[in-house]
Amino acid sequence: MNAVAAGHRRLPVGHEAGDRRPDWPWRRTSLALVASAAVVLPFTLPPYRLFQLTLVLVYTVALLGLDLVVGRSGRLSLGHGAFFGVGAYTSAVLIAQFGVPYPLTMPAAALATFGLGWAAGRPALRLRGLYLAMVTFAVAVVLPPLLKRLAGLTGGAMGLTVPAPEGLLGLDDDQWVYFLVLMVTAAAFAGMRGLAGSRPGRALTALREHPAAAETLGIRAATHMTAAFAWSAMYAGVAGALYTWTAGFVSPDSFTLALSITLLAGVVIGGLGTLAGPVLGAFAVLAVPAVAQEFDPAAPGIVSGLLLLLIVYVAPAGLAGLLRRTLWGLLRRRA
Amino acid sequence: MKRLIMALVLLLSGCRPGEEVLAGACAGQIGTGVTATSVKVGGIYPLSGPASAYAAVAQGVRAYFAHVNDSGGVAGRRIEFLVRDDAYQPARAVEEARRLVLHDRVFALFQTLGTPSTAAVREYAHAHRVPQVFVATGATRWGTDATRPWTIGFQPSYVAEARVYAHFLAQTRPEARVAVLYQNDDFGHDLLDGFRRAIDGTSVRIVATRSYEVTDPSVQGQVANLAASGADVLLDVSTPKFAAQALAVDAAMPGWNPLHILNGVAAAPSMLKAVGHARVQGVVTAGFQKDPGAPESADDPAVGTYLAAVRRYVPEADPAGQQVVYGWTAAQAFVKVLEGMRCPSREALRAAMRDLRKVELDMLLPGITVSTGPGDAFPIESLQMARFEGSRWVPVGGVVDTRAEFGPVRADPDQGG
Repeated sequence: MNAVAAGHRRLPVGHEAGDRRPDWPWRRTSLALVASAAVVLPFTLPPYRLFQLTLVLVYTVALLGLDLVVGRSGRLSLGHGAFFGVGAYTSAVLIAQFGVPYPLTMPAAALATFGLGWAAGRPALRLRGLYLAMVTFAVAVVLPPLLKRLAGLTGGAMGLTVPAPEGLLGLDDDQWVYFLVLMVTAAAFAGMRGLAGSRPGRALTALREHPAAAETLGIRAATHMTAAFAWSAMYAGVAGALYTWTAGFVSPDSFTLALSITLLAGVVIGGLGTLAGPVLGAFAVLAVPAVAQEFDPAAPGIVSGLLLLLIVYVAPAGLAGLLRRTLWGLLRRRA
Repeated sequence: MKRLIMALVLLLSGCRPGEEVLAGACAGQIGTGVTATSVKVGGIYPLSGPASAYAAVAQGVRAYFAHVNDSGGVAGRRIEFLVRDDAYQPARAVEEARRLVLHDRVFALFQTLGTPSTAAVREYAHAHRVPQVFVATGATRWGTDATRPWTIGFQPSYVAEARVYAHFLAQTRPEARVAVLYQNDDFGHDLLDGFRRAIDGTSVRIVATRSYEVTDPSVQGQVANLAASGADVLLDVSTPKFAAQALAVDAAMPGWNPLHILNGVAAAPSMLKAVGHARVQGVVTAGFQKDPGAPESADDPAVGTYLAAVRRYVPEADPAGQQVVYGWTAAQAFVKVLEGMRCPSREALRAAMRDLRKVELDMLLPGITVSTGPGDAFPIESLQMARFEGSRWVPVGGVVDTRAEFGPVRADPDQGG
């Protein structure tokens, strides 16, 4: 536990670990507000805004997964865009080519990406340093051409159109998809929250902060890291399946290395190793280009780049860290 | 806390907008995006990315719409034209189509560019019953697939183009032995299959075919391979980058001097200039638009109007570019469709775009008109051969009406629509 305690200044693991910073006092009220907003929004937002909000949730799930590798384990993955793509294509091919009912395609996507994550992570994680980044980089580079080659199954460069899930309970299609995605996102959050305080979660933190000390304490680095990586890839794959339901169309060019980099930027902008980080990061990587595009079609790249620089310099703990600091300041002023 | 609640209340007070359903004579039809004084349409083009050269199409469209708006609009309605960038990626095209339809609430999608983007957007347009008018791609399926009535093409299909080449060879070289270089995708297969069927029953023969992938670095090997076949005609079904290579390799082989047929997709004068005019003399292609720079266009009033409008409204565009002419021509056809609507509704637009009777457009070659109707979803089906002489394309022979010569284009049984 020493390693964990030593690391708390950088990344908190809760009150038990010696974190003495004040807690946000209105936890339940805030949670209730967020929950009610999440339920009310689909009935008030115009359809396109709701689509964008759904995409934010989809990216949130992927970022939660990526954060497990980058934030909590301190490794670099350049392949999460590819895992996202594999999940998206697993779902799309099953629905469009084999007529599988869409709810069944999510477990399939989860299983496929869990296996792929395990296979890619197992050898790479035994090696130290940048090897994981290299192996995942290779996965990200190989996927789009591979998808184009398997044209009979994937539709090649033309992509695949997937019929949208039909709205149930009197909801419109887009509202129904939103609630499906919302439920999965909530479950993803619950899973990640449970992990943070659990034995494997603490083991990961220990391995990140001081691998030698952690191994002395009897923590098997390879086992924990491989499991973490496989779960992380699975989160990305599930997000991919949700993406297919939301967007209704997949093509190889959507899942290039650029997506992996975008996800990585999202984790950093949101804040590493936090629960709020992925939501804020997903919001930032989707909203910033969309808003910038309103002003100038060429602006998104420049604005996103500047934002990333600004975050790294001004708020190295990301938007989540910034938020925490602001709230903390507010609390102190009250006291 | 109070502010938070206020914000929430504000959000709640908004309401979900739906489609605008018309009443009266056009009861039940959808009139979203059109008012008594304006009509909003959206187009999706590759403004960035590898195919950004085609962005010039949007300039021609903008020039024509601005020209129409300044002369009073269409039946008193100003055309508001929104241009979006898909970087030639179908997934982005779908996203932009979604934004145009749901967020900007356009009346119709006027043009998507490229077969992949158009195919992807077509499904979206079909599901939301939004017209997707005069798409900028020559794939045959826009015309043969009756299950997607909201989408219609514009330019002669690749099959029509192949038929003109077959017709030309049957007339001028009845014993031609043809070698084919083609891009291994829908575009290449569409044109090659069309050519195969069009030469059926003539004595023209295909003696060799070689394909390349768009990801290949070069087609040098393929062309050398085709040269070994001893064919006297080379049918070059490639996109500009590869066409430039094929032309250069062909010119560099003194022992093989076939008639080089360059497909329309690659026949841009700028590309030929880059290869070198001396090396491309005698190359032939098929076209359907006027060349604004040609001497025979000098005192054509329609070309004069075109040049003046392009210089005035899109000064950054190159008025001699075929893409700009293409955008202008398609936009003019769209205005004719708007004029033909019986109601200000999407349903009426769909009906009007499928009921055009020999509509004449300023920048089409003399003798070529736009026609659609029941059983004919191909607006332009006539082309004229042209030979490269000096520094430009010179028309050869008359206009070939491929529908009259070969009959209507049918769906390829292999493609299943």
